[in-house]
Amino acid sequence: MSATQMIDLSDRRAPRRGGINLTVLGLEIRKLLRNRRTVIFALIFPVVLFLFVGTNKAYANLPDGHSNVSAFLMVSMALYGAALATTAGGAMVSIERALGWSRQLRLTPLSPTGYILIKLMTAMVLGLSSVIAVFVVAKITGVPAMFPGYGYLWIVAGLCVWVGSLVFAALGLFVGYLLPSENVMQFLGLVMAVLAFAGGLFYPLRQFPHVLQVIAKFTPLYGLNQLVHAPLLGGGVRLAWVANAVIWFALFAGGAVWQFRRDTARV
Amino acid sequence: MTAMSAGRQLAATDLPPAIDLRGVSKNFGDVRAVRDVTLGIASGEIVALLGPNGAGKTSTIDMILGLSRPNAGDVEVYGMHPRQAIDRGLISAVLQTGGLLKDLTVAETTRYTASLFADARPVDEVLKRAGISAIADRMVGKCSGGEQQRLRFALALLPDPELLILDEPTTGMDVEGRRSFWASIRQDAERGRTVLFATHYLEEADAYADRVILLRHGVVVADGTSAEIKSLASGRTVRATLPGASEAELKSIDGADSVEVRGDTVFIHSGNSDAVARHLLSATSARDLEITARGLEDAFIALTSDEGEAR
Repeated sequence: MSATQMIDLSDRRAPRRGGINLTVLGLEIRKLLRNRRTVIFALIFPVVLFLFVGTNKAYANLPDGHSNVSAFLMVSMALYGAALATTAGGAMVSIERALGWSRQLRLTPLSPTGYILIKLMTAMVLGLSSVIAVFVVAKITGVPAMFPGYGYLWIVAGLCVWVGSLVFAALGLFVGYLLPSENVMQFLGLVMAVLAFAGGLFYPLRQFPHVLQVIAKFTPLYGLNQLVHAPLLGGGVRLAWVANAVIWFALFAGGAVWQFRRDTARV
Repeated sequence: MTAMSAGRQLAATDLPPAIDLRGVSKNFGDVRAVRDVTLGIASGEIVALLGPNGAGKTSTIDMILGLSRPNAGDVEVYGMHPRQAIDRGLISAVLQTGGLLKDLTVAETTRYTASLFADARPVDEVLKRAGISAIADRMVGKCSGGEQQRLRFALALLPDPELLILDEPTTGMDVEGRRSFWASIRQDAERGRTVLFATHYLEEADAYADRVILLRHGVVVADGTSAEIKSLASGRTVRATLPGASEAELKSIDGADSVEVRGDTVFIHSGNSDAVARHLLSATSARDLEITARGLEDAFIALTSDEGEAR
């Protein structure tokens, strides 16, 4: 093996876009859908919740702003599902770090930033699937209704929920980098349920004791919950809601970037 | 140790060496894992990085792969930063610590990795060369340790790297698995790929490397062909009781390579133990003479353990 070999380094190229591509995104999504727990929590659970609470004849058809109560609840459940889905998607980094896959990927041209972007995109695709699952099943039941002239609210509300769930993709990434564990979603599932109650997704906040109502206004799902329902209710947007969502997003995204930097410095 | 000092000369070409480490050190807190290591590996060499656990093999490899940064010194791979070499598919590796995703199949994992490179060999081809075509559709979580290691090997072949690095590639494999894994590597290396592998199995270094670099406590203690390393292992140790002996005096004995005095007991390592024994018995008051052969394993231990420090 001592013979001198000519190696042509000039035909060696680095990939474009830091290695991000559709094959990877497709496989990431396939992998997520293979995880039964993820599918149950992100896609089936929110749909079942809607079927239970959103189609109750006692109140489902009562008017509420530009839609009926059922449509309002459909948006609540879609938000819960999308938040869970994006959290789970972001938290995948935790499992992959625990398994050593992220280290294996360091042997490829995929940059650390490329990796986090792929996780983010995958989380957002799963979040969108969750919104679509709830909306489609809801539409099939025929109970939720937007009032005449407000049919576009299906799209607007769905988009609001989806874009809002970015906050929780950031949370998932942050926790994923913070806790390298294969079981991080068991912990996050519980946290999300508490946040959903505190944000008023499952139960009207005004029926809570006053102290809890005040505390609830500072929790991460509160602002988003108000914002995604604003188009249906048509009552305008309060600065406090926007501030809540933006500040929590900044905290989660900042935490994720901080942990991500620490992780790549250590390798 | 003079015979071992130079190692192989780098092939004289205009091309930069495959690996060029200059005064490289790596610390983890107070632990000095790698200390001022300078070495070059030319294209086409098959080199074993041999040493016991904790000798600094993995730390050295991590720096060559750009997975960690040295505290001092420079690391270059084909004249560039390791990260640039990885981006261009020039180097790849089979690491002990590189994890795999359990819920992708063997073929999917390979396709995933292939898509990240600008140019990659076809998935079918690398699976075949790693000997895992038959389990392409198996979930990684259902693969044995040996099969997963072969998958890592397949992934490492994807960019058709000039330099392949293997960190303890056969750990946890049985004898048969180890043999067939090395057969695959060897077959692949015949195409002219440069291979650097870390191992703590002396036989592996001996059987598969052209050149062996011995590491101990982060320092290169020997660097030469495996034949040269083996010659270190030849010879015997003569032990005798000889009160009042001085090391200098013993070293002057014809044929004594190294000596050690522990109280009244002396140890003399020699390629010609007969001559040493004859001298001790005829010219000195040595008694209780004992001659022991040193196997490959002993040579390795002597070179890499603390006991060997005096050498």
